[in-house]
Amino acid sequence: MQAKELVEFLEGKALQLRRHILEMVGVGKAGHLGGSSSCAEIVAALYFHWMKIDPENQHDPERDRFLLSKGHAALVQYAALAELGYFPVEELKKVKTLGSMLQGHPDMKCTPGIEANTGSLGQGLSIALGMALGLRLDGRKSRVFVIIGDGELAEGQIWEAAMAASHYKADNLVAFVDKNDVQATGPVKEMLDSNPVADKWAAFGWHVIEIDGHSVKEILDALEEADKVKGQPTVIVAHTVKGKAFSFAEHNAAFHNGVLTQEQYLTAKRELGLLKE
Amino acid sequence: MRIESLREAYGQALVKAGSLNKDIVVLEADLGKSTRSCLFQEAYPERYFEMGIAEQNMASTAAGLALAGKIPFIHSFAVFASGRAYDQIRQAISIPGLNVRICGSSCGLSDFGDGSTHQALEDVALMRVIPNMTVLVPADAVETRKMVEAMAEYKGPVYIRINRNELPVYTSEDLQYRIGGIYTIKEGQDVVIFANGVMVSKAMEAAELLQKEGISAEVVNVSTVKPLDADTLVEKAKRFKAAVVAEEHNIMGGLCSAVAEALMVNNVNIPLNFVAVEDKFGTSASNYEELLEHYGLTADNIYNKVKKLLA
Repeated sequence: MQAKELVEFLEGKALQLRRHILEMVGVGKAGHLGGSSSCAEIVAALYFHWMKIDPENQHDPERDRFLLSKGHAALVQYAALAELGYFPVEELKKVKTLGSMLQGHPDMKCTPGIEANTGSLGQGLSIALGMALGLRLDGRKSRVFVIIGDGELAEGQIWEAAMAASHYKADNLVAFVDKNDVQATGPVKEMLDSNPVADKWAAFGWHVIEIDGHSVKEILDALEEADKVKGQPTVIVAHTVKGKAFSFAEHNAAFHNGVLTQEQYLTAKRELGLLKE
Repeated sequence: MRIESLREAYGQALVKAGSLNKDIVVLEADLGKSTRSCLFQEAYPERYFEMGIAEQNMASTAAGLALAGKIPFIHSFAVFASGRAYDQIRQAISIPGLNVRICGSSCGLSDFGDGSTHQALEDVALMRVIPNMTVLVPADAVETRKMVEAMAEYKGPVYIRINRNELPVYTSEDLQYRIGGIYTIKEGQDVVIFANGVMVSKAMEAAELLQKEGISAEVVNVSTVKPLDADTLVEKAKRFKAAVVAEEHNIMGGLCSAVAEALMVNNVNIPLNFVAVEDKFGTSASNYEELLEHYGLTADNIYNKVKKLLA
């Protein structure tokens, strides 16, 4: 695929992920719209292009691994896995209902394609590090990708893991910080300011790349750069917008885990091209 | 009576397990000289990960290693291994039932000098209430070695609690050990003492004291607190006039609770009492025996409880 075509293809996938997110959130029930939408391009780029994965051979030991440390954004990951055929798209309708394979947070025992149990914030980077170390011990080429939230950076364990990954020179580990600047109950700057984010990771010995997290091209360039880094882990600090592409939800903490009205739902449908004006 | 160090036995057994199974990896939180995981570091440095004083990251990293096909053994003092990393053990290790082995070393009051912050009297309870978790409390060095060997093969997460001190060896080298087994150490006729860890040796001393008065006590080692083999426990208890449970742990939530729950729901209505720490934190002392005495974790106390139950 040509570069331009690839970008358009992945932008289309990100749109498709957001459409699924909207349908999963629906009307009148709470759902993690904001943080799912902010990392849609990153998830699309990883799942639909960058990672070596095969839904037909899910347990291939040589596969790349993806962990959603900010597990509350599970909707975006479920959407990607369904699109890839890990399970039928119809399962998305049952998300967070009793007996569903799609739990409120990623559960490897319930959902095909999920690699670990995440969502208790601060733990995914450590799990990713363990995977990276284990894969390296076996001489495998697999890479481990993990998405962390910027609110999540308040968890001390993130920095324990950051120190350890650097100490162990885990260059098969790439972390994205989905820096959408808003956490569950307000702006990160007002809640507990995690800035300056890039400087902190650099001080912990990571190779740091800063990008616009909604630019597919910048995401792909950053992943290429990360692949060439040897002897240290890479963090991609992705500047994003919480609730991206949902006009009423952008930058708005109310839609971290908000409830959509019928009107908002229809607005979103129009914005995502699912309804004519 | 031969005495032997449990933690030394643990460290040696870990090295042996590592020689037989290349998937075994070891993680430590800067206490390797105490936990004796340092022996594994000397033998297999490439499979040893010093994680620094960061127990939470150690536990979650172990989950990741398990997901990559490894069998991680993680180490710290019992108080930190179970308490500091509790959420990590619950979320990433226990919910999916990963093959992580958690060694809580210097358990109970056995780190006698360091006081309440470093003594673990709640760890068995904390680990027991986590679904999928197996909880092991070895009585001596011989049993410790067998447990480590069994843990290498076992499926799912395991917590093992290791005493810091040398303890008398009461379990038999010849015993075919399995996780979940309940083993009679000394047979008796009148009363049964269920114990684990250091309290097995105290129970054996108590049995001797009772024998002098013509009371025949059976001593049973319940070294697997979970999954508890309730059927065997009930069968053993039914034959006696009374039972005492003895453990070096808070009286709530550990072996005492587990045995009481099993006997009650199975209608074994024999008089029952406990020798355990009466819902208190630890404290510093100049030696281990002095501290065990301070909390009533003694042969005399077991003896007195038995006498009262039979009176």
